[in-house]
Amino acid sequence: MKRDRIKRSLWQNIKRNRVCYFLSLPYFIIFSVFTVLPVLISIFLSFTTFNVLEAPVFSGIENYARMLLDDEVFIIAVKNTFILAVITGPVSYILSFTVAWLINDLKPALRSIITVIFYAPALSGNALLIWTVLFSSDAYGYANGLLMNLGVINQPIRWFFDPTYMMPLVIVVVLWSSLGTSFLAFIAGLQGIDRSQYEAAAIDGIRNRWQELWYITLPTMRPQLMFGAVMSISSAFSIGDVVTGLVGFPSTNYAVHTIINHLQDYGGIRYEMGYASAIATVLFFVMLLSNKIVKNVLSKVGE
Amino acid sequence: MTGAKPAKRTKQLNRSFAGNLGVYTVLAVLGAFMLLPLIYTLVSSVKPLEEYWIFPPKFTVSNPTLKNFKELFSVLSDSKIPFSRYLFNTVLISFVGTGGHVILASMCAFALAKHQFPGAKIMFRTVVLALMFNATVTRIPNFIIMSKLNLIDTYWALIVPAFGSSLGLYLMKQFMDQMVNDSVLESARMDGAGEFAIFWKIVMPMVKPAWLTLIIFSFRDLWNIGSNTFIQSEQFKTLNYAMSQVLAGGVARAGAGAAACVIMMIVPITVFIVTQSNVVETMGTSGMKE
Repeated sequence: MKRDRIKRSLWQNIKRNRVCYFLSLPYFIIFSVFTVLPVLISIFLSFTTFNVLEAPVFSGIENYARMLLDDEVFIIAVKNTFILAVITGPVSYILSFTVAWLINDLKPALRSIITVIFYAPALSGNALLIWTVLFSSDAYGYANGLLMNLGVINQPIRWFFDPTYMMPLVIVVVLWSSLGTSFLAFIAGLQGIDRSQYEAAAIDGIRNRWQELWYITLPTMRPQLMFGAVMSISSAFSIGDVVTGLVGFPSTNYAVHTIINHLQDYGGIRYEMGYASAIATVLFFVMLLSNKIVKNVLSKVGE
Repeated sequence: MTGAKPAKRTKQLNRSFAGNLGVYTVLAVLGAFMLLPLIYTLVSSVKPLEEYWIFPPKFTVSNPTLKNFKELFSVLSDSKIPFSRYLFNTVLISFVGTGGHVILASMCAFALAKHQFPGAKIMFRTVVLALMFNATVTRIPNFIIMSKLNLIDTYWALIVPAFGSSLGLYLMKQFMDQMVNDSVLESARMDGAGEFAIFWKIVMPMVKPAWLTLIIFSFRDLWNIGSNTFIQSEQFKTLNYAMSQVLAGGVARAGAGAAACVIMMIVPITVFIVTQSNVVETMGTSGMKE
């Protein structure tokens, strides 16, 4: 009886709000089909062997076992992905905040110009390929020419093909183009802080700008810091296309081969969809877990 | 409010002279790092081929020329597909994808921000969760879905997923939450306005900064789509794909490649410069509660 009534009232509630469903479902259905469903398919396929042509065959945890025990390149990819994420994620996050903080007190016109300069690389997509020209392998590349002219080196360095330089260069290029959405969120967050808070704090004995930063600025803009962290983490773990653009595929000795590259190798070239899905599933949970950890750390800021 | 003019602080904690000098030095060094590759691209695009063979290579150009742009267009029109087709593809994808995304995401955001209905909370939670991972991890199942829907090798394969981008919905919902006043909507309802009319005639004009922001983000992503597994026939490929083929041509093509980079980056940067203040206002409401 009671359950029936609850059911009926839920149905009435849905009927009463039907205009809300007309408004929200067109977006939400598309979002679900291309974002939620793929995650579920990925998790399902990760427990199968699937070559696209034949139906998937259940294979238990075989894919996961293979990844850990039988695929040396995957281990390299994990290592590279973590090196890239652990360096570019925090550095780009701190850089975004620092620049936003430094330009916050400048005149609005100057602030706008600096914002465009720092945000431009993130906007310009493929323009990062210009780095392959700057660091090209012959003596006509700018970096080689300069170093040879100064007598630092005698032979041109094959920058993007020599494992010694590949990782550092990729990190530099990624950082160059990484002042993106979080950077804009930080600029806006700093602009939105009520100035009277600083006056009150000065009376309460805040003595220098560092104390001001730690006790007022950072806690006040914690929501933006959270949002920025989410943006930075998801992009730091999905470096892959940049690598292919800069060093080709696969990179020399897999020196900057990332999980995303590995995923493309098995999914896009070898059509081992089950195994590729297992790789994607692992990366998916790594991203969610990192978000959880970073959120816990950020909730302690300013305490 | 970010749109407000910053009031003068009465008790400002000023930086010392040395502090100011430090700030400007740091900004100048970092700014040079960001700007120099872009300037190098610009300079290279007007550098005649002869100057590419000078040793040591120079950062500057002595005899600027527009030859590289001419070469770029002639290289591109030599291919089986005319240059105008690539341009048309990218413009079509960018405009339709961005337009559809802004309208659908705003409609959904309005329902989620200003109405309580069964399922609303779970919808928004799912979108926030989706912000935490990047679409690159779902490429493979997306390919399977696209082929089941028979969308492979059509414009829709690039356009439809853009409609459902999670960042746009998130930003729009947060902005409506904080910037659209419920009493305005209430009085419109009293006057007998329907929800669609309220959305289109009252809410959309109020959230102009937010939809300009959605435009810049969506446009940037679509404009920069390069080679993509969803598109296999040459006639559906994008401008960015064609341009990166030129750039892959090595030093002999460096001038034309740089010209391609300039054309590709100038469009999104211009769009951003025009919409900047609106974007910053929107990002002011982007904050995330735990």
